[in-house]
Amino acid sequence: MLTMTIKRLATAIPSLLGVVIVTFLLTRALPGDPAAYFAGPAATPQAIQEIRAKLGLDKPLIEQFARYVVDLAHGNLGTSLTTGQPVATELRNRLPASAELTLLGLMVSILIAVPLGILAATKPNSIIDHACRLISTLGVSLPVFFTGLILIYVFYYLTGWAPAPLGRLDVFYTDPPHVTGFFLIDSLIAGQPDTFMAALKQLILPALTLGIFSLAPIARMTRASMLAVLSSDFIRTARASGLSPYTVIITYAFRNAMLPVITTLGMVFSFLLGANVLVEKVFAWPGIGSYAVEALLASDFAPVQGFVLTMAVLYIMLNLFIDVLFGLIDPRVRLEA
Amino acid sequence: MTSSVLSVEGLSVEFRTRSGIVHALENVSFTVSKGETVALVGESGSGKSVTAYAVMGILDPVARVTVGRIVFDGVDLLAAKRSDLAAIRGRAIAMIFQNPRTALNPIRPVGKQIGDMLIRHGKAPRRNVPEQAVEMLRAVGITDPARRAQAYPFEMSGGMCQRVMIAIALAAKPSLLIADEPTTGLDVTTQAVIMDLIKDLAGKMGMATIFITHDLALAGQRSDRVVVMHAGHVVETAPTAKLLAHPRHPYTAELIAATPDSAQNLEELAAIAGSLPDLRRTDLPPCRYSERCSRKIAACDQPLPQAFLGASHLVTCWNPLPSENASGTRVSAA
Amino acid sequence: MTDLAVTSPHEWNPGALYRQVRYVLGENPITLIAFILFVLIVLAAVFGPHLVPYDPLASNTAEALRPPSAHHWFGTDQLGRDIFSRVVVATRLDFLIAITSVALVFLMGGLAGVAAGFFGGWTDRIVGRIADTIMAFPLFVLAMGIVAALGNTVQNIVIATAIVNFPLYARIARAEASVRREAGFVEAARLSGNSDWRILTFQILPNVLPILVVQMSLTMGYAILNAAGLSFIGLGVRPPTPEWGIMVAEGAQFMVSGEWWNATFPGAALMLAVFCFNLLGDGLRDMIDPRRRT
Repeated sequence: MLTMTIKRLATAIPSLLGVVIVTFLLTRALPGDPAAYFAGPAATPQAIQEIRAKLGLDKPLIEQFARYVVDLAHGNLGTSLTTGQPVATELRNRLPASAELTLLGLMVSILIAVPLGILAATKPNSIIDHACRLISTLGVSLPVFFTGLILIYVFYYLTGWAPAPLGRLDVFYTDPPHVTGFFLIDSLIAGQPDTFMAALKQLILPALTLGIFSLAPIARMTRASMLAVLSSDFIRTARASGLSPYTVIITYAFRNAMLPVITTLGMVFSFLLGANVLVEKVFAWPGIGSYAVEALLASDFAPVQGFVLTMAVLYIMLNLFIDVLFGLIDPRVRLEA
Repeated sequence: MTSSVLSVEGLSVEFRTRSGIVHALENVSFTVSKGETVALVGESGSGKSVTAYAVMGILDPVARVTVGRIVFDGVDLLAAKRSDLAAIRGRAIAMIFQNPRTALNPIRPVGKQIGDMLIRHGKAPRRNVPEQAVEMLRAVGITDPARRAQAYPFEMSGGMCQRVMIAIALAAKPSLLIADEPTTGLDVTTQAVIMDLIKDLAGKMGMATIFITHDLALAGQRSDRVVVMHAGHVVETAPTAKLLAHPRHPYTAELIAATPDSAQNLEELAAIAGSLPDLRRTDLPPCRYSERCSRKIAACDQPLPQAFLGASHLVTCWNPLPSENASGTRVSAA
Repeated sequence: MTDLAVTSPHEWNPGALYRQVRYVLGENPITLIAFILFVLIVLAAVFGPHLVPYDPLASNTAEALRPPSAHHWFGTDQLGRDIFSRVVVATRLDFLIAITSVALVFLMGGLAGVAAGFFGGWTDRIVGRIADTIMAFPLFVLAMGIVAALGNTVQNIVIATAIVNFPLYARIARAEASVRREAGFVEAARLSGNSDWRILTFQILPNVLPILVVQMSLTMGYAILNAAGLSFIGLGVRPPTPEWGIMVAEGAQFMVSGEWWNATFPGAALMLAVFCFNLLGDGLRDMIDPRRRT
């Protein structure tokens, strides 16, 4: 198990290297003078010259790259022009907001998609099966920002059930004391049930938006995988052995069927991390996505570079986690090494 | 007549497929007595497995039993309620399959799979289950059973997996075991060992066995009675020795002639003429062997008879092979 | 990895192709509907700007934010522009963006993949490394980064979308080419003296193309969503150009105050277009290889 994890970690290293190189190239590939971009649209020629020297943009590319890597190793992602704050600090502060939203969205997605897929597979050609297939096809067609807006319109404007989409907490509440940065967890730790409810209410619509978005691939894969497993030999044996329907479908079939679904999660995360940015814009969510978007529009490049790098590293780590999880469930991967 | 454990009576099964209705079984009847080993023999596609699946109740959803009864221990399995069936399937009747490696759950330790049976059929209190499972592994001849109980199917050989399947099947001490080609895919030595194991355990438990195979030689060595099937029909049923020595149905005779025997030359091996009829046809003749049969007569276009040749020898043929003694033949319409 | 049985090179037979297309469309009504929608979209893209009742750029503040009516089927936006006209005219831009990026990635990814699969060795390794590096990023985030680096224009949206889809096309093309390289008829062609180039063009490409064409239809949907998403956050297309994503962004602020028509109609158009391309892609895939149906 440990050897497998270490081996898998090793394969992540070339990816990390590639990511670092690409993010480096991205900002050096800027059309025109990179120094001018980093100095900002309002800079004087002198300021641009200073920035050029300071960022070492006049040095050969290899040396620049070395400086970049050293900076990264020290956790230095540059400074934001618009806020004047170090990018790394801002990203760290804002990351929990994005993470909480994305994780909740994924949970919503799994809680709906997996049972839907299982039911669709156990009752082929039924209403549930057709509903599952329809939802899957629709789900990949809906633009995530559009879903969010429709939800706001229906649940905030028309019915008033959801609060105004103005961020993580209503103005009347203060953030709970910081432990994890996840408001849901921190408010419970601090014993503030009201804050918990307020945070939850703000989370519902954006999490639902993300959930609906990632529903489709998970439901489709669960259904396909369950269908394949249910017609396999060992399920026939399980049925012939008289095991209970629950044991056959959940303990035997589902656990085997989950394996391809877990692999699919890798792709789902790619979509989710991208959709996160859009959802944060729609719901004014103070996460790293909106941070990057604001910086982009203000031609402030350091935050954008830091954002892309952070998201990529996060994504690599998530894929690693998924592979390890897969190995935990499937002994053939563990033991055949 | 000894008590019959299982009685299949006039079973007909059809499959509704996209390319038409497949008349898989028609009027299949046979009985299995307590402690008896019956071999169900026929070519691929003769309906042997379909019959077994019908008895176990694990037919494909597109299958339909159109007519017939399957009486087990006095209960008609086809008419029984779900709750009654739950007490029978896996508990009173058990089944083992070919390709044991794929027939076991690949990501569950084998000890746990046996344990699932023990728990489901209430054969042991929960805390004793792991121990019981190890005992079952020992009973089927697996060495170092305590360690092997933690193993996964992919870590075991085909023969060991088949032993595990037998352990699973026998966990609830059934009175009838159906073995669907349990030795196909195993090497010859392991085949013999597995068959000995089944026979041994069946004897110890007083269990009846239905043993499905296309290999008539194997059936000949291991069974008390043989039921020969062709294209969804039962063509002949007889005690093994009698069937092999004096087959009455032309198909049975051809099967025997086509079965390799160590004393034969390859050139002497006969092939059975023709092939199975397409069971989707709507114009199937009453005798599904007639189109391949060398003894076909005009009467063969009539619905099949059922002849009683002595108490336990049944043949469905208008022109059966002559018996060793001409008397004792009575022909009556089906 | 695909598991298509390796077939011998296609005979070009337009008659059979036409019959097959007709059969699939007839058998599956959904594919037929998708095909009709596709034709409508193309018509709107080509003829839309000439047929719409209002000038999509003409503002009329007196008529601002009117709900849908007989005069303005989709209502008007905050500058009094007719939303229906804008939605229809936007079809051309979105469709063009999508088709250009798909064509680009088809060329780039297809060629790179075929080369990697056919020649193997270093070509394979390099293409693989490039593809893996791209795949290490969440795709939309990478698109954002590329547009930020290259500049905030429509052309760069096309390039970013193409780059982001490169790994998929390269992998599919590589798999198909690789399978066929190992197949008998390539060896035979080589032995009878055909140069690699000839083999590539006449033996490998005709078999790789159908799979890629199916993928193109599926990617069209994604390309439109990608472009709309980037426009939504302010990249690429600038106001007052009518484009579905930017129209949804402009209409977003009005959703909370009840003027739903601003964002809903362009959003619905987006959804329909993507839905249409996805169904078309499914139908095409069923036509090419029924075994891959989900």
